[in-house]
Amino acid sequence: MYRYDDIDREMLADRVAEFRDQCGRRLAGEMTEDQFKPLRLMNGLYLQLHAYMLRIAIPYGSLNAAQLRKLAQVSRTYDRGYGHFTTRTNLQLHWIKLKDAPDILDELAGVGLHAIQTSGNCIRNLTADPHAGATADEVDDPRIWAEAIRQWSTFHPEFSFLPRKFKIAVTASPKDRGAIRVYDIGLRLHRDDEGALNFEVLVGGGLGRLPHLGPVIRERLPVRHLLSYLQAILRVYNRHGRRDNIHKARIKILVASLGATEFARQVEEEWSLTDKEAVDLPATELARIRAGFAPAGFETLPPLSATFESARAADPALARFARRNVLPHKHPGYALVNISLKSIGETPGDCSAEQMDVVADLAERYSMNEARVTYEQNLLLPHVKLDDVPAVHAALVDAGLATANIALISDIIACPGLDYCALANARAIPIAQDIARRFADPALAETVGELKIKISGCINACGHHHVGHIGILGVDKKGEEFYQLSLGGSAEDDAALGQVLGPALSADRVAPAIDQLVEVYLRERREGERFIDTFRRAGLAPFKEAVYAQAH
Amino acid sequence: MPRLIRWRDGQAVWAEDPFTDVDDDQPVPQGDVIVSLARFQREGRTLLGEGRNLGVRLAADEAPESLIIDLARLAVVCLAFPKFRDGRAYSAARVLRERMAYTGELRAVGDVVLDLAVPVLRCGFDTVVPADSSSPDQWTAAARRFRHVYQRSADGREPAFAQRAKGEMSEA
Repeated sequence: MYRYDDIDREMLADRVAEFRDQCGRRLAGEMTEDQFKPLRLMNGLYLQLHAYMLRIAIPYGSLNAAQLRKLAQVSRTYDRGYGHFTTRTNLQLHWIKLKDAPDILDELAGVGLHAIQTSGNCIRNLTADPHAGATADEVDDPRIWAEAIRQWSTFHPEFSFLPRKFKIAVTASPKDRGAIRVYDIGLRLHRDDEGALNFEVLVGGGLGRLPHLGPVIRERLPVRHLLSYLQAILRVYNRHGRRDNIHKARIKILVASLGATEFARQVEEEWSLTDKEAVDLPATELARIRAGFAPAGFETLPPLSATFESARAADPALARFARRNVLPHKHPGYALVNISLKSIGETPGDCSAEQMDVVADLAERYSMNEARVTYEQNLLLPHVKLDDVPAVHAALVDAGLATANIALISDIIACPGLDYCALANARAIPIAQDIARRFADPALAETVGELKIKISGCINACGHHHVGHIGILGVDKKGEEFYQLSLGGSAEDDAALGQVLGPALSADRVAPAIDQLVEVYLRERREGERFIDTFRRAGLAPFKEAVYAQAH
Repeated sequence: MPRLIRWRDGQAVWAEDPFTDVDDDQPVPQGDVIVSLARFQREGRTLLGEGRNLGVRLAADEAPESLIIDLARLAVVCLAFPKFRDGRAYSAARVLRERMAYTGELRAVGDVVLDLAVPVLRCGFDTVVPADSSSPDQWTAAARRFRHVYQRSADGREPAFAQRAKGEMSEA
């Protein structure tokens, strides 16, 4: 993992000092809440329904054991002993006191963590493929480029007051595990015919009120020009993006209104006038960052582990965990181990301080001191020896973290919803809990197979409902919580926006409707079809009929 | 004469403003004046021919590129911040400084407050008319708060990657 040098550390220290001063002025009454609001937001501090919420950035989802332990300690000391991992791989603490915020940021800075640019109309925390550095199908480690962007975008003087927030995702595999088509900018590394590394650049994806899949504006951008090209995109957006209507201010609206071709032309023109050498990182700096992600210490191991094979033959729970949560690694004898934060009946993405400590210990002992956060609100140990998987599994069982449901129907994405969020129309968490309970039987969940349910408590779509195989959107109908279902969305390589199933349902009808949808799928599916495949073949009609027939 | 904060030799100081800001429906008085882009395009040559210092103010949606022909003859360019959240002027400022090589006074006007000191100064502005009660000392302190920057901008500060290349900072 990249390690902060003195410059990175001093940047954080200076920021904490600035924020401590601002908080002091606010608490002393020298600043009004109106004046303070934009300043605290730039430090990730929101005022929610019940308390302040601190959104801590986890750049490209990478954490070492010390960082994870610090998050545990902070959530124990200053919050209620747990945190909530989000779809942007941030950690949210929902019960913060304003007076503690500078101390928290100070503690986080000690391990290279911060809450910079987790809010506001700026370039937000970067996300990257959670399998980076561990998956065989990547052409490079996307975190190298994500780190380059992190530094470039931090306190960027020109782009701190964009028309709206701005999110960038980086991946380096043909298989999209970063939802790059629904980002303001999606970057996919690939090699051209001569073997040179390039970015495919997608701009103008996004969810929210007006969902769009981002079009490709440049198929081959030489990697050394990444930052100057990003500057050109951001400058076109900063100058020409709409500022008259908050709902039309994202870059997706600019791209859609100009058309991808014209937008690309404007970016190319701006880029042609850019002094690229002044913006792009020199090769020495790229090499320095790359060295931070150099693979270290992989042993030469046989592809199969006798220890692991005999343990899983003897233990059905481990066998199930291995089927669902353990994935092949690019180095023989190693595996990626997914840790589900979706245990049945709990809040999706929530993790207690004790659990964070357990994962930190496991990362340190078994995964080269590294853990990851995924946009699907789970954790992951990227570099576990197959020999160690039984021990890791046993420790996860003890910590209540061994739920074997990755990508299954109970692995639900849900935003905090009306339980916490000032923007929400409806609760998301209890809906997720209801559905998960119905599919608590792991054998049933496995029979149903891959089925991605995503729930948002309002149209802002933090729960990615547009791209769920089943999407659930909370709406307010005359003060009552209702839920609109959509089918057929996907955030992956086969990205698609879901189609609305029919009129919104009351809260108590949502989980039964999911049952009905699953019944239709099990009845209609052909060999090898996932839920979404059956939907794509059979269309909306049979699903709609099943859910709404009884209403007549 | 109204006062503004001027950035000089790495320090903010109070300065007198010799310019009169002239609305489009007012006659142009004697002396140094600042006019709108529209008026500049109509009357600019005449005004410049009268041997006075002339400035132009650009609204947030007006492009600095429209000043290209006469830019070297302008004494001041004012860029508007209709709200402090409106960041268009930062791009305009960098284009003027870095692409159009403008070296005259670049003034931030509108909803410009102390908490914008870093981006305002980094994007090449050298005078501001603060909308709050902030003082030059506060602006100086705000600008010095961050010891490093991660990217080049119009202020010429050396970015972290260039410092690292020179080995000025040690590795952890």
